[in-house]
Amino acid sequence: MNIVVCVKYVPDATADRTFESDHTVDRQGVPGLLSELDEYAVEQALQLKEKREGEDVEITALCVGPASAEEAVRKALQMGADKGVLVADDAIAGSDAVGTSAVLAGAVQHIGGVDVIMCGMASTDGAMSVVPAMLAERLDLPQVTLASKVESQGDQFRIQRDGDTSTEVIGATAPLVLSVTDQSGEARYPSFKGIMAAKKKPLETWSLSDIGVDAGDLGLSAAWSEVADTEARPPRSQGEIVTDEDGSGAEALVGFLASKKFI
Amino acid sequence: MSEVLVLVDHVDGAVRKPTLELLTLAKRLGAPAAVFIGASPDDAVAQLKKYGAEKVYVVDDAETKGYLVAPKAEVLAQLVEKTSPAAVLVVSTAEGKEIAGRLAIKTGSGLITDAVEIDDDGTTTQSVFAGSYTVKAKVTTGTPIITVKPNSATPQEGEGKGEVEQFAATISDSAKKAKIVASQPRKSSGRPELTEAAIVVSGGRGTGGDFEPIEGFADSLGAAVGASRAAVDSGWIPHAFQIGQTGKTVSPQLYVANGISGAIQHRAGMQTSKTIVAVNKDDEAPIFELVDFGVVGDLKTVLPAATEEITKRKG
Ligand SMILES: Cc1cc2nc3c(=O)[nH]c(=O)nc-3n(C[C@H](O)[C@H](O)[C@H](O)COP(=O)(O)OP(=O)(O)OC[C@H]3O[C@@H](n4cnc5c(N)ncnc54)[C@H](O)[C@@H]3O)c2cc1C
Repeated sequence: MNIVVCVKYVPDATADRTFESDHTVDRQGVPGLLSELDEYAVEQALQLKEKREGEDVEITALCVGPASAEEAVRKALQMGADKGVLVADDAIAGSDAVGTSAVLAGAVQHIGGVDVIMCGMASTDGAMSVVPAMLAERLDLPQVTLASKVESQGDQFRIQRDGDTSTEVIGATAPLVLSVTDQSGEARYPSFKGIMAAKKKPLETWSLSDIGVDAGDLGLSAAWSEVADTEARPPRSQGEIVTDEDGSGAEALVGFLASKKFI
Repeated sequence: MSEVLVLVDHVDGAVRKPTLELLTLAKRLGAPAAVFIGASPDDAVAQLKKYGAEKVYVVDDAETKGYLVAPKAEVLAQLVEKTSPAAVLVVSTAEGKEIAGRLAIKTGSGLITDAVEIDDDGTTTQSVFAGSYTVKAKVTTGTPIITVKPNSATPQEGEGKGEVEQFAATISDSAKKAKIVASQPRKSSGRPELTEAAIVVSGGRGTGGDFEPIEGFADSLGAAVGASRAAVDSGWIPHAFQIGQTGKTVSPQLYVANGISGAIQHRAGMQTSKTIVAVNKDDEAPIFELVDFGVVGDLKTVLPAATEEITKRKG
């Protein structure tokens, strides 16, 4: 079984994230890392492999990003993925989800014979949550997304999806696109052994021409939507803080809510 | 005037409020045309009409019902082909965004997700990076496909023609590859829907697992109940109530965080609330940086006392 895990390199969410003057995300000024939500996808891929002991299962970590994004692929290798691919090309910079999904789809086709494409539920920067659905559309594969639980037997997959109004069980046959939520199970930390082993694992960098994707369709100028303006929201200023003493807190709270006409 | 397609979000024919908000926004861009995929559309049609739908495309769901997302994207793609609309609006639920994503690829159109405002010229406003930035954007290619967050507009009544047109969509076999094998509807709590509520009262690890003070206080204000991931992970409350990066985003008039420290991932789901209040034992909890009003104290005593006082005042 061939598993491809899509991993994104994102600016650290706990740092002060900003935009460049062309309104693209500043990826230089803020330290980057493997999107936390993709760690859950790596974890589920590893569990899938562990459950299929004796079967030939290979996990490829696939990333589209700048050269520095190699770090995200490396982290996936340290966690236990078998090999890594980074698609890096100047023409990709500034691409939106439409463009990114085109590159990912091209890379998956170039890898060939992929049974499961595993994704996280969203990136921690753009947070659009649409790339897995777009990949399924582009590759004409079944989409089983936002799984809080994954079960499989042979090429049959079943996931639990906790929707807005109901919890559903979705079933499909591989090859398929699967995305997992942060409810699917905590991701493991790389072990010392894993970190050492990752140094010897193959990590290739591909350009767009390597995978046969047309550069003209990609990048900021070819994006199908355009950002006109980005503006920092003024920080919220702290209001009144009271310390509760013998019921004074509740009284002050109710007083505040009444003054704002919430009562 | 071109039509603006609005995909109707409904449960067994009962239209959910965010769809009415979309109809209100759609009027700015053209003639609102609702797309109802389901059985027994009568009640829905009446309501959609009341909120300004000039047209309602009714699509029988016999062929879409048992499958995930893909068939609905096909229905919309066929309607886009037929009507060349000025835009397609979809509610920003998990499913809505996935439908929109597939539709964008199918129709070669740009996509904007999680808009909180749409101007007359189609410029959208989004809130990004955990609510710390505001982004204005516009679709430049194809038919603008925009998903809009709940609570982004106030639904305005305004009788539309509500002309019903049955639309027979063709669903491909390929769209039926992900089957819904079982479905368990969520039990209603009787409280307002989290993303639609004017007031949200939430509890975190500081509740110690007892949500009674939270629920009592919420009910005294007619509020929805929410939670932090720590409370969800501890099994105290289902995931559907989680607020934050990997839960729901809420933007109510009033948000009251109790026993919640205010981690960045939690802020991502509530930072754009109009008024923020917190009750927390720790006067250094980061949540206090955001609040309009804060009480340093034990939620187990502050909330029941406040609930009693509110109930008394309401008499
Ligand atoms: C990938 C990822 C995604 C995440 N997504 C989300 C998300 O969507 N939503 C989310 O909420 N979190 C999310 N988190 C988790 C987040 O980082 C925090 O761990 C979580 O929000 C903490 O929850 P808490 O504030 O309830 O708990 P804590 O941080 O433990 O805070 C508990 C607070 O309760 C106070 N307290 C204790 N007892 C009392 C009392 N008796 N009365 C009053 N106050 C009391 C304490 O002073 C403390 O401030 C995510 C994390 C990751 C890594």
